[in-house]
Amino acid sequence: MPSTDLLAPGHRTCAGCGPAITIREVLRAAGPDIIVCEATGCMEVTTTPYPESSWKVPWIHVTFENAASVASGVKAALRTQGNDHTQVIALGGDGGMVDIGFAAVSGALERNEDILIITYDNEAYANTGVQRSGATPFGASTTTSPAGEDSIGKPEWKKNLPMIAAAHGCKYVATASPAFAADLQNKIKKALSIKGVKYMHILAPCPIGWRSDSSQTIQIAKAAVQSGMWVLYEIENGNFKRTFTQKTKTVKEYLTPQGRFKHLKDEQIAKMQEHVDNTWKELENLEKSGVNLVRIL
Amino acid sequence: MRTVLEGSRAVAEAVALCEPKVIAAYPITPQTHIVEDLAKMKSDGKLKAEYIESESEFSALSSIIGASATGVRVYTATSSQGLALMHEVLFASAGLRLPLVMTVANRALSAPLNIWNDQQDSISERDSGWIQIYVETNQEAIDSHIHAFKIAENSKVLLPIMVCMDGFFLTHTTEPLDVPEKKDIDKFLPGYVPKYSTLDPKNPKSIGSFVYPQFYINARNDIDVALKNSAEAIKEANRDFGKAFGRSYGDGLIEEYKNDKKITIIAMGSVCGAIRDAIDLRKDAGLLRVRTYRPFPRDDLIKKLSGKSTVLVLDKAVSLGNSGALFSEVRDALYSAKKSSRSASRNSKPSEPCSEKPKVVGFIAGLGGKDITTKDINKMIDSAKKMKDGETEWFE
Repeated sequence: MPSTDLLAPGHRTCAGCGPAITIREVLRAAGPDIIVCEATGCMEVTTTPYPESSWKVPWIHVTFENAASVASGVKAALRTQGNDHTQVIALGGDGGMVDIGFAAVSGALERNEDILIITYDNEAYANTGVQRSGATPFGASTTTSPAGEDSIGKPEWKKNLPMIAAAHGCKYVATASPAFAADLQNKIKKALSIKGVKYMHILAPCPIGWRSDSSQTIQIAKAAVQSGMWVLYEIENGNFKRTFTQKTKTVKEYLTPQGRFKHLKDEQIAKMQEHVDNTWKELENLEKSGVNLVRIL
Repeated sequence: MRTVLEGSRAVAEAVALCEPKVIAAYPITPQTHIVEDLAKMKSDGKLKAEYIESESEFSALSSIIGASATGVRVYTATSSQGLALMHEVLFASAGLRLPLVMTVANRALSAPLNIWNDQQDSISERDSGWIQIYVETNQEAIDSHIHAFKIAENSKVLLPIMVCMDGFFLTHTTEPLDVPEKKDIDKFLPGYVPKYSTLDPKNPKSIGSFVYPQFYINARNDIDVALKNSAEAIKEANRDFGKAFGRSYGDGLIEEYKNDKKITIIAMGSVCGAIRDAIDLRKDAGLLRVRTYRPFPRDDLIKKLSGKSTVLVLDKAVSLGNSGALFSEVRDALYSAKKSSRSASRNSKPSEPCSEKPKVVGFIAGLGGKDITTKDINKMIDSAKKMKDGETEWFE
């Protein structure tokens, strides 16, 4: 049966690629009246091996660090053409959005460009062979933060881009997971119904980088949410609200199927568990408090 | 209309007359007045365009790439460090074959930090695939921006173009200038209609895909062919503009002044004014102004420099560790002319080889805003007579 998906099969991603599943879900929700501006990265090189392309929507790639700037220009051009319906999506991995393209993301957020910025976060520079990124979590062993006699892997905590986006006064910020497809799709639809800049951050497991079984991608994505390692929430007009509130797994249960964490000792895992518990508590308090994250700016 | 304007303001007026739909820019001295003037025109309701106040030059160029790929006319301006920051996107925009127009207010590159004029910024981007026009006067700056949209959008070209004007010497000089009438511009420059697919949900295309070795070299060659072919489009724009407005600049690629002497001075930009003044008072030297550094007017140079005794190349930039880039390329053109009579261009008749290869000497001068006076030009001409072929001197 021919696929009706807007990301056609046959692309060159690895088996069990989390970003590929993520983008398929994003496009299912967004529909065909969109233009995608993508940063250099895994999903760019694997989906457009010239003269083929998996994209059934208009798509442009320019460089690594400018997806949000390209999208700003596309939207401006559409306005001059009297087109007020086509939605523009700036898409990139954590390298392209959290690190090297961070200024472009921040600029577009600050200017309140009428675009949706999406980071598919596989927590490393996977395209170049799994190097550490700003979004790599504490304790993960990557090729540039390898675990060893004198190293526990990455010693810093993950950079929190969704909260940084919220700090720009962005009208809609959401986190999502391909393991919660309905939630992800609802958030995409909601984001695209809002005028102005929107930011979504989607955790997308990478079996190569996370050293996990390619059949377990969705299970691991689900465990990230169930353990509180990845919290699903929305920040709508500054109001923080979790969209999944059950913490049913331990951090250890999330880490165990992933080779990138296998060197961690119990005390380090306990430190991560404590960090997750604290964050969970703080977010719970934030939600209960009704503190408006846009208004306090 | 004859009016007194600052160079930057004049460029802003010319750009506005061409009606770009999307402008994105980031301020940098000495380009800032141009984008300030455009912003003011928009605020006053005189310019109907989207204006993105970018957070960097890198993003400004990226945004007009996105807009151009969506099918509209676009513009930006920069200088020096800003152009250097754009480096990666310059190559990408030429590769994407987008007809972007950008003003470069030529300024020195850091370090040491310096805001004044030389041409190191744009010379350093010579390999990016952009057309480069160097203007001598503010009148030429106005006219060349109008040419620029026509050249870039020519279906045989489809390449980005930078109009290079010397920072401060031109951008900050106020003088009487002719600003064309809107109705005449509209006749000369029709609205932009993209030749190929743009970003359109009704006809989805992928732009900027990943290319394996078997195709990459072909794509690069296509850019080179288009850039060389742009010479004809540049000449045509210069000719047609001349017919409509009564002003033209040599053949579009080069311009000569009293170039019937044994010595020819080759230079680019506003310094050519000082050179004209200097040679007016002596009998032994003429001027050949290079207007387009890319495409490089190789054939014209071979033809025009035949039989000269000495060619003096003045560079306001340097390829550190070697010599001035213009000097190297002029000398290279003449070397090949002697070896072979075959033309470098596939579209023109074979050039005559130089009957005698002239001596070519170089001067590095005017870096970081150091003034080049007529007295300096005279000194250079006198020194050139004593210098050996291939020699370069720094005029500090």
